[in-house]
Formats: sequence, structure tokens, C-alpha cells
Amino acid sequence: MLHRPAHRSAALPAGFEAWFAGKGWRPHRHQLEMLAAATAAQSALLIAPTGGGKTLAGFLPSLVDLAARPRAGLHTLYISPLKALAVDIQRNLTRPIEELGLDLACETRTGDTPHGKRQRQRRRPPHFLLTTPESLALLLSYHDAPQVFGQVACVVIDELHALAGNKRGDLLALGLSRLQTLAPGCRRVGLSATVHDPAALRAWLSPAGRRDDPSLSLITSSHAVEPEVEILTTRERLPWSGHMAVHALPEVYQRIRRAGTTLVFVNTRAQAEIVFRELWRLNEDALPIALHHGSLAVEQRRKVEGAMSRGTLRAVVATSSLDLGVDWAAVDLVVQVGAPKGVSRLLQRIGRANHRLDRPSRALLVPANRFEVLECRAALEGVRAGTLDGDPPRPGGLDVLAQHILGTACSGPFDADALYAEVIRAAPYQRLSRQDFDDVLAFVADGGYALRSYERYRRLTRDGQGLYRVAAPSHLRRYRMNVGTIVEAPTLKVKLKRGRILGEVEEYFVNGLVPSNTFVFAGELLCFEGLRETWVEVSRAPGSQDPQVPAYMGGRLPLSTHLAERVRAMLETPRRWHDLPGAVAEWLRLQRWASVMPPANGLLVETFPRGEKQFLVAYCFEGRNAHQTLGMLLTRRMERAGLGPLGFVATDYVLAVWSLKPVTGPDALFDEDMLGDDLEEWMAESSMLRRTFRNVAVIAGLIERRMPGQEKTGRQVTFNADLIYDVLRKHEPDHVLLRATRADAAGGLTDIHRVAQMLSRVRGRITHRALDRVSPLAVPILLEIGKEQVYGAALDELLDEGARALIAEATAGASQAELPL
Amino acid sequence: MSRSATLRVNGVGLTADFTGALFWPNRRTLAVADLHLEKGSAFAERGHLLPPYDTAATLRALADAIARYRPARVICLGDSFHDGGAAERLAAADADRLRRLTAVHDWIWISGNHDPAPPRDWGGQVETDLTMGALTFRHQAEARCPAGEISGHYHPKASVRLRVRRVTGRCFLGDGRRLILPAFGAYAGGLDVLDPAVSGLFPGGFQVHLLGRDGVYGFPRQALAPITPLEAPRSRPA
Repeated sequence: MLHRPAHRSAALPAGFEAWFAGKGWRPHRHQLEMLAAATAAQSALLIAPTGGGKTLAGFLPSLVDLAARPRAGLHTLYISPLKALAVDIQRNLTRPIEELGLDLACETRTGDTPHGKRQRQRRRPPHFLLTTPESLALLLSYHDAPQVFGQVACVVIDELHALAGNKRGDLLALGLSRLQTLAPGCRRVGLSATVHDPAALRAWLSPAGRRDDPSLSLITSSHAVEPEVEILTTRERLPWSGHMAVHALPEVYQRIRRAGTTLVFVNTRAQAEIVFRELWRLNEDALPIALHHGSLAVEQRRKVEGAMSRGTLRAVVATSSLDLGVDWAAVDLVVQVGAPKGVSRLLQRIGRANHRLDRPSRALLVPANRFEVLECRAALEGVRAGTLDGDPPRPGGLDVLAQHILGTACSGPFDADALYAEVIRAAPYQRLSRQDFDDVLAFVADGGYALRSYERYRRLTRDGQGLYRVAAPSHLRRYRMNVGTIVEAPTLKVKLKRGRILGEVEEYFVNGLVPSNTFVFAGELLCFEGLRETWVEVSRAPGSQDPQVPAYMGGRLPLSTHLAERVRAMLETPRRWHDLPGAVAEWLRLQRWASVMPPANGLLVETFPRGEKQFLVAYCFEGRNAHQTLGMLLTRRMERAGLGPLGFVATDYVLAVWSLKPVTGPDALFDEDMLGDDLEEWMAESSMLRRTFRNVAVIAGLIERRMPGQEKTGRQVTFNADLIYDVLRKHEPDHVLLRATRADAAGGLTDIHRVAQMLSRVRGRITHRALDRVSPLAVPILLEIGKEQVYGAALDELLDEGARALIAEATAGASQAELPL
Repeated sequence: MSRSATLRVNGVGLTADFTGALFWPNRRTLAVADLHLEKGSAFAERGHLLPPYDTAATLRALADAIARYRPARVICLGDSFHDGGAAERLAAADADRLRRLTAVHDWIWISGNHDPAPPRDWGGQVETDLTMGALTFRHQAEARCPAGEISGHYHPKASVRLRVRRVTGRCFLGDGRRLILPAFGAYAGGLDVLDPAVSGLFPGGFQVHLLGRDGVYGFPRQALAPITPLEAPRSRPA
């Protein structure tokens, strides 16, 4: 699908032609098309795989324009989701500017930019300003924004696919709308990886918020050579459960030895720590292998990134912290340990290897358990079929809108009608009703409560002409300290006793520790010494010991809907099992013999007794977050039905609930009316909903992420938000912040939307098997029970004992089949 | 459903109510701690426009508890007003509600750290502490562990795992010798009883009575889990 823009004859000026030739390059077709779009004063969306001069394609038209018509003032604004990327782009842009002999200034502006430089940037802006969505919001909130941005000719948004569709993207979309008002002639340029729905991305980028905007060209670059993806068929026995893939790491190590540079991607920080530790245990050649994840100290991460770009590392074990970022040309192999969770994410990760379009990227998938084998296989098929994951665009958050309205007021008085017209030009807010807008505006002005008692504490007042303005300078200060939509869980610094800071961990993890507990963090075995004022004090523990507490579970990603569908389809079709690893095919055949396979479109529910308890296992394949919500709702119903539910456990694939009495009619249990009163009741108590509300309240500016000079740990905010949630739910359940909270609950941590879709899909299609013992397919989930709590050799043994008994039970009577354990 | 529980403190039989109020039947006395009236508007003054319903919610719950126990005397254990300006910020309707309550009961305001001098024009009398029979009512527990002490100040909270769910809430906290009441105010936060600042007051161990939505449930210290702000939703068998 190639959308060729109308104007494609724009030639490269001679100086640029010579510069390309001097490098031994020829301009790519898409680079020339981007230039043609600019010449025709068109906005442009470039969809291209990583590499291939995408960034240069974005900047080339601005360089050509400024070379032809040199002028002072901010010409091009570049926005990236990562600070590091802005810094890297500056380096990469400065080189052609110098080599072309252009007298152009190119500067970054991020949270790290010193105060003096920021002031100067507003007085005398550079030609190119490279920044982040948050810094743009901040710049737009200053009173001189019309002067600073009035002449901007072009705004380039990099990694657009990573911003559109989330709250950072909402904030940016609103900022771009504001920018369009200040600089009506500004063109927009979006750079994106391949996506599921280019039309939706096009609407997002369009200054009019429209899919069919004639002023925006869609430019696609031809696909790179198909990646070579392989699934590791290990010589070791394939585990039934677990996510660490420790069994396969010797083979992974051998691959690292044979490759030049390898990127080892994992899904959680816990996996990163354990995989890193295991690789070093195996590292006989003392290869330089490093660790990278979001909780490590920034300096540590920068060091690893620096070593990587210098080519001095042989491997980096990384979480999604390296999904985006600086290009490293020299990566030969990408290893994905554990399930890929989505086709798009996998492609993004594979794309981190070999940024050359003419050679295939090489990737190795390492499933950690049997279900993950199926998921890897499904992902591989997805990669080959070129089908991507994608959720339909969601409406922009009302909490983000509240923040934007306050920011707009900070820059100067505004008229409500004009601001509304501007806001609905941003695609995420295109369907925003005037009523919702007015409610958000009222919230910003005085809280918007039905009980109008805060007249004298108003944040916004209206002047004689009916314009809204900020009531006191303190609100400006507070807005600027709280700008942005990323609300971190409260974290504490981890500090070596009389030593350096290693990184940060979530507070809840620390609360579970007692002094002398050991855990793995930053690649080291640490001993918890105690909680000091604002940090966690640790010491190095003797090396041979095993950690007593698991590394915490930060950064878990749910299985994408698209991949789940592929896994379900594979399970239902036995003729597609032949090339699965023997142990997995055997496992599925045994399941068919002992129970049935989960149907692709219905729902298989198995019930069986085990020990003193009655188990129910539902094969939903809707991702862990949705299963957890479903577990909460199911147990609530079972409690009311007198079944005595005792606990549940959820994975990406399966939900298991155990109770005192057996479930006999799953149809009634899984009825859609679960999303009525049960959901309402649960929302009153759920800690997930409280957390969602807290994030909404912080983004909307009801509470602060930190109180100036008062709070350091984030504790205060958490505690306040819960009380506000309770009082508001009771006294004004329809308040705009609760509406925003409910909208968020549809996705994210609670994924209620996905639960709803599933309940409606499986209605009347529930297959119930009342078994007398655990089925083969249920073994992995039962092994998950209680497993997250402790990690360590002693416990593994215990679990292993339990596992053997469980597997023997599941396969009893299958005398004709030998299970390769 | 047990909407209340019976406790003994220094030999005195007391009723712990699910709202956090404490009733002494023999003396027809009701005690509540840490109302923190007008905490919401105190934040609003500083630019945090919290929902303005906290005072009304707190007074409604108090009026409800009074209606159920019909006490002759009401003791507020300090920090009744969130700050010195709270009384002036009270909405007219809330002020009326409060006056109607103080007018018909023997009302005692114990002074707290937030309200060292509670306003005198609301009716009732102001005391720093008050001893009646075997019990002494004061704002903050004293370090020397006096027997029969009933206090507030710490806003105790506790967390237990019950079957499928983990329950966290405000609680009474005591060892039979003395008792700390949960905060009664809608916007009064809480402190984990496992925090040394609280648990250290009971070197010989303690018991909590957790406030549920409509009941009071007793647990020994051993049953408690530390409170985490982001409670893991994952459940295990009890």
C-alpha cells in the first residue's frame, strides 16, 4: 500500500546533492517525497521501519528551506518521547548542518536544561529546538509563547506511534493544537514505525484532526528485508511454568558468544535481574555483558547506552527501557526471552538489530514455558503475515484536558469558546462535548463541585470581557512543577551503605522486606539493612547465596488481543501442532484426551477437585490485567452464591479460582450482568481503581505529585487520594474526575473493556468440563499459585516436588503416552 | 452482622462502633477522635480544591452515631478542628448541625495539636484531659503507659488478608490497658499500626479492631500485614 503524494518532483538543491554524493549516499525515495510534501506546504506522515534515514527525512525539508531563505527565529520544533533521543538527534543534526556550511543553531530543551539556557532560549530561540511533550507544554504555558512560537514553520514528531493513543499523546495533541493557533502556517511531520491502522495515526497528526485531511500526505517507505526469526528449541526439558527461562540461558550464552553484539530483551525488571545474573554465572569468557532497566540510576543507564554506542559491549539485557531510543547500527542479534506479548512490540524490538535496510534483522525467541511456546509461534506467524496489534483510538483523557486548560491560562487570558474550538481540532478530543469541556473548565476554575463553596479559592477568575485568567501566581508555579502525564508509583532510592545510589524501587516492594532479607537489584545480590528517611539502605550480600525475596514485578505487559486470537486459533487446530516441539505437541494431545481444547470463539471452563478445594479454570486468553479484574468479580459472585471462594491466580492465558464448594453452572457465573452492580461495588474498594483515581487526580491538578518542600516519598499523595475517592464517590459520583477514572478503568490495569468484550463473545458458548482431576492444560496455572512470593533454590525444589505430583495426576491413565519431563 | 464490638479497657466495658466512635454504656458517654473539621477547605486555601464534603460527611456520621447510642455526654479527643481558621470556614449548614449537637449534650472538646485552643463559641467545655472513673481521656497517648487511657492522635490503620481479599482500614488499637481510637474525620488519613511510632506504644503486644463497611472485626497483631499504598490485587488462600 503505497500512497504516492501528488508532488514528487521536488529536486534536491545542488549543495545537498553534493553533500549526499560526498557521503557516498543517494537520497531515499521517501526523503525526496518528504521534501516534495514540504514544497507543496503539506504536512506529512512518514511510516517506515527503523533505519533508512527516517530522521533525516524529517529534517531535510527544514534544512533546504533555511539554506534557501536564511532567517532568525525558531523554525523547526522536534518532539521525541525520550530526552536521550533529543540529545542524540542534536548530535546527528549538527553534523550535516556543519558539513553543509549552514549557520544554523540546534539546541535541546528538556528537564535537564540549565535555567540560564532556558531563559536565553525563550529570548533568542535557536532554529531547531529539540524537546519532549512535557517541555513543549511548559514552553506553551509562558506568557511569551506567542512570540517564541509565532514563526514556527514545522514541527517534527518522532516515534509518533509511541505517543498517539496514550495520555502523553493527548497532552501533545492539545499542545499542537495550541501551537497551530499561535503559528497557523506550521506544517506537521510525523515519523512512525509500521502500525496497525495508519489512517488513525493520520487523523492524530492532522491539524484538523481528520483522517481524510487533504493537507496531509502519507508517505511510506518500502519494507526492509524480512527479519529472520527463530524460536529456540532447547535441548533442555521445557518447563511447565515460570518466566525466567533459566533452562535456556546456556544456549543463549552460546549465541551471544557467536554474535558480535546482542540485545537480550525481557519483559519485566525481575526477569532482567535474573537473566543478567544467570548469564554472568555462565560467562566463562568474561564477555562484557550489561544490564539496563527503568529502575536503575540514570547515570548507570547512560553509561550502558554510551558503551553500547561505542561498541564496547557484547550484550545488554534490557526491558522495554530500550524499546525506543538511540540507534545502534552494530546490533547483530536480538534475543527475546519470554513471551513477546504482541507482534508490534516484537517487530519494534527486532528492528533494534541491524539498522540497514538491505540485510535482514536476526532474532531469537526464547519461550520460558509451554504456553509461551505457543505465544512465540503465534507471534512468528504474525510477523510473517505482517499483521500488527492495535487498539482502536480512545478518546483523550479529561484529566489531561484539565492540565492543558490550566497551562493555557498560565500563558494568558483565554476565551472559553475559542479554546473549545481549538481543543476539538486535536484528534483525541474531536468528539468532546461542550458539556464535558465546560465541566472540566469548571473543575479547573473552582473544583467544579455541585456544592459551590470554593468561590473565594478560585484558581481561574473571569475578567470584565469574560476571559478566564489565573487568580494567583502560586497556581503558575504549581502548574509548572506538576506538568506532564507520567505519574510514577511512589519509589524509594536504593543506596549502598556508605556508598552510591543504585536506582529506585517501588515503595510497596520495600514494605514487604524485613532487615536481613536479600534480593537481586542492579545485577547484585543485596541485603536489606533498613529504611532510612528517604532511601532504602542495602549492603552487598555474599555472592553464593540465593535471593530470599523475588525482584519486584515492575513493567509487566499484557498479551495483545491480536496475539491472543492467534494462540486460540492454534490451540483449536490440531493439524497446526505438528511442528511444535515434541513436548508441547504431546501436552496438547493429552489435553484433548483428558478434557477438550479451548475453542477459538467460545470459552472452556474446567472444574475439578484437588486436595480439600474445588478448582475452576477458565481459558480466557485476555491478558493478565483483564483476568485479574474477572477474578475479583467472579469471587465476589461466588461469595454471594455461598461457594466460599478462597483465592485466585491469573496469568496472561488462564484464570484459576479455588473455593470450598464446586461451581456447577458456569453460564450464570460468567453472565454479563457481572459488569453491573458487582463492578460498581468492586470499584468502591479496588486498590487498582484507587490507583487509577490517584493518577487522574495528579494529572488533573487536584493533588500534587510532590508538595513543595513538604513531601519526599509520595506517601502523602497516595493517602489523600483514597480519602478523596471515597468522599467524592459518595457525595458527587458524577464528578468529572470520577468520569475520567471510569474511562481509564476500561483499559490499563483493570482492562474492564476487554472483560466486557469477552463476556459478550462467549455468551451461550461456554463449554464446561467437570473433571475428576486437574487437566494437562491447567497444570501451568496451578504451578503459579503462591509462586511469586519467594524465589530461590530451596523453594524451587519444593515446587518441583509439587509439580511432579501435579503432572503425574494430570497425566494419570495416559499409559500410552510418555511425557518427556 | 456485628456493627459493634465489646472491648474492656482497664476493667471497663466499652462498645467499639463501626464508625470509629467509642461508647461507654455505664456512663452514657460517646468518644470520637480526630474529626479534622474543614481539612478540605484548609487545602483549598492553599490551592488544592479537594471535594468540599468532608465536614458535612463527618458531622453526619457523628450525628448518626449519637442517634444510635443516645449518649448524655460526647467527648471529642482533640484535633476536632483542622486548624485555627476552621471554625470561621464552616459552612452555615454545618455550623447549625454542630450547634444542634452541642446544645443538647454535655460536650467536651479535648484540645489537640491541631486545635490547641478549640473555639469556645460552639458550646461545650474545653479540657486538656479528663478523668472519669477508671478512664482518662486525652489527645495523645503518653509514653509511660498509664492504665485506662483513651486517646486519638495516631489515626491507626491496619491491614489483614481475609480469604480472597485483603482488607485495609481504620482501627481501634489496644492492649486491654489502654486504647487508641481511629480517626473519625472523613479526610483524616491513617498510620499503619505496625509503624514503630504506634506499635512502640504497646511493647507487650496489642490487638486491633478493624472498621469494616458495617462491622467491627478483632484481630491479633500476628494477623496483620504491612500496609502498602499499592496493594497487590493477587490473592492467596487464607
